[in-house]
Amino acid sequence: MSIKVSNLTKVYGQQKAVDGVSFSVNEGEIVGFLGPNGAGKSTTMKIITGFIPPTGGMVEVAGENVVDNPISVKRNIGYLPEHNPLYLDMYVHEYLNFTAGLYGLNAASRKSRVLEMVRLCGLTAEQNKRIVTLSKGYRQRVGLAQALIHNPKVLVLDEPTSGLDPNQLIEIRRLIKTVSKDKTVLFSTHILQEVEALCDRVVVINEGKIVADDRLINLLQGAANYLVVEFADNVVKQDLMQIEGVEHVRQLENFRFQITATQGKDIRPIIVTWAVQKNLSLIELKLEESSLESVFSQLTSMEEKSIS
Amino acid sequence: MSQIFFKEFNSFLNSLIGYLVMGVFLIVMGLLMWVFKDTSVLDYGYADLSTLFSFGPYVLIFLVPAITMRSFSEERKLGTLELLMTKPLTELDIVLGKFLASFALVIISLLPTLVYYFTLYSLGNPEGNIDTPGVIGSFIGMILLGGVFCSIGMLASSITPNQIVSFIIAAFFCYVFYMGWDSVALLISDGESSLVVRQLGILYHYESMSKGLIDSRDLIYFLSLGGLMLVSTKTVLSSRSW
Repeated sequence: MSIKVSNLTKVYGQQKAVDGVSFSVNEGEIVGFLGPNGAGKSTTMKIITGFIPPTGGMVEVAGENVVDNPISVKRNIGYLPEHNPLYLDMYVHEYLNFTAGLYGLNAASRKSRVLEMVRLCGLTAEQNKRIVTLSKGYRQRVGLAQALIHNPKVLVLDEPTSGLDPNQLIEIRRLIKTVSKDKTVLFSTHILQEVEALCDRVVVINEGKIVADDRLINLLQGAANYLVVEFADNVVKQDLMQIEGVEHVRQLENFRFQITATQGKDIRPIIVTWAVQKNLSLIELKLEESSLESVFSQLTSMEEKSIS
Repeated sequence: MSQIFFKEFNSFLNSLIGYLVMGVFLIVMGLLMWVFKDTSVLDYGYADLSTLFSFGPYVLIFLVPAITMRSFSEERKLGTLELLMTKPLTELDIVLGKFLASFALVIISLLPTLVYYFTLYSLGNPEGNIDTPGVIGSFIGMILLGGVFCSIGMLASSITPNQIVSFIIAAFFCYVFYMGWDSVALLISDGESSLVVRQLGILYHYESMSKGLIDSRDLIYFLSLGGLMLVSTKTVLSSRSW
């Protein structure tokens, strides 16, 4: 069971929401789908789940084309849409039972699946309440429960943790981790810790185009590390540029600089020696490892980078 | 399809809408039939149900859009339509399930008026002096008319996420299809084309059924008009033009 997206395009009027996107999610993999708001994440997911038709390109879920075989594709997918829409006037049990019925489960297995989902998603205390009375965190669990009710092989989760408080966030994340053991999962988010906590691989999309598709570790390695140094004395940018191994210097504050070293080189000892030689007091020297945040902002704001 | 039907029908019964629709319909019809002087059968002198069958459609013009206005509009507004459309269902399943639920509610609202028949049956002089085939024809006509109104309401609901807009559009087109073509026909002096225009309207076929003669042409008219509306609704859903 895998998701294969090839050359997917979606045009709304004049605007290209998704522009030639290709990627794949292999069986049993958890892939994070990252991108700033409006990058085309939700549109791509809506096409994968068969809610909206693509303008061009193809989506295959477990080898079946979404446009040609919508029913059998939808049977294999569990989908949590963005903003988690729910029938608010239904009871939790009633709603899950209804969803199970839509997937064609028979009455007996429907009952046992509903009970299992209630237990798995931690809804035991809330199971006899109306959805409208539930808090956001519990509604999110109900949303996940309905996506999982038919034990789908592919899970598509569109921002499953948006708008949750930190505790709920951790719980929902744990829940996703638990349920996704034997499933193919594609989930979108713009919370980067989440990707670090859950994913094997990341696909980054910006302005409708894929800008990165790699394992998380590789992405982090590829990004440049930099040093932050601060002096108590008057130092100018040009002096620092003279040091061996320094590639780029950016002034942060008066005597505080961000130094990018030549790839893979640790120039901290060189800077210390240099400072001693020049009789300067070095008051800060810190290696900042590239975080996912910096990789993300590098990938998704190309024009800003070229200005600086 | 049956899942959608039961869900929709339950939601009518779990909310006020279902009871409100039935209650209002029966109260209005009861008042018109038995209480209000101008229209009351008791003062009329003839044991017939023409009050019910001539005023009923006007009440339905307002009540049916009130039933159907939320079916797609609300789901679009809340985003739950995305849930339904990503489930293994065809668009036709969704449309038919929702249509049949509304239609069932209309039929259930109409059923109690059958009591009027038995009342008038015993009020007739001599007892039983009532045009039974006419009543049966009219009743079937009213049910079919309710079905056509529901299908118009479905289409109106599918084109807008706003329930009030949906209500107004549906009520307007129910009126146009019930009465509007007749009014247009009156403006046409040429007898033959005037008749053709009249036949486009529901009233012509409804009146023809109320004579107690169930003509296949009338049945075909109702079924094809309803079918056309439902197919259009399905097309609107399939195009996902929002």
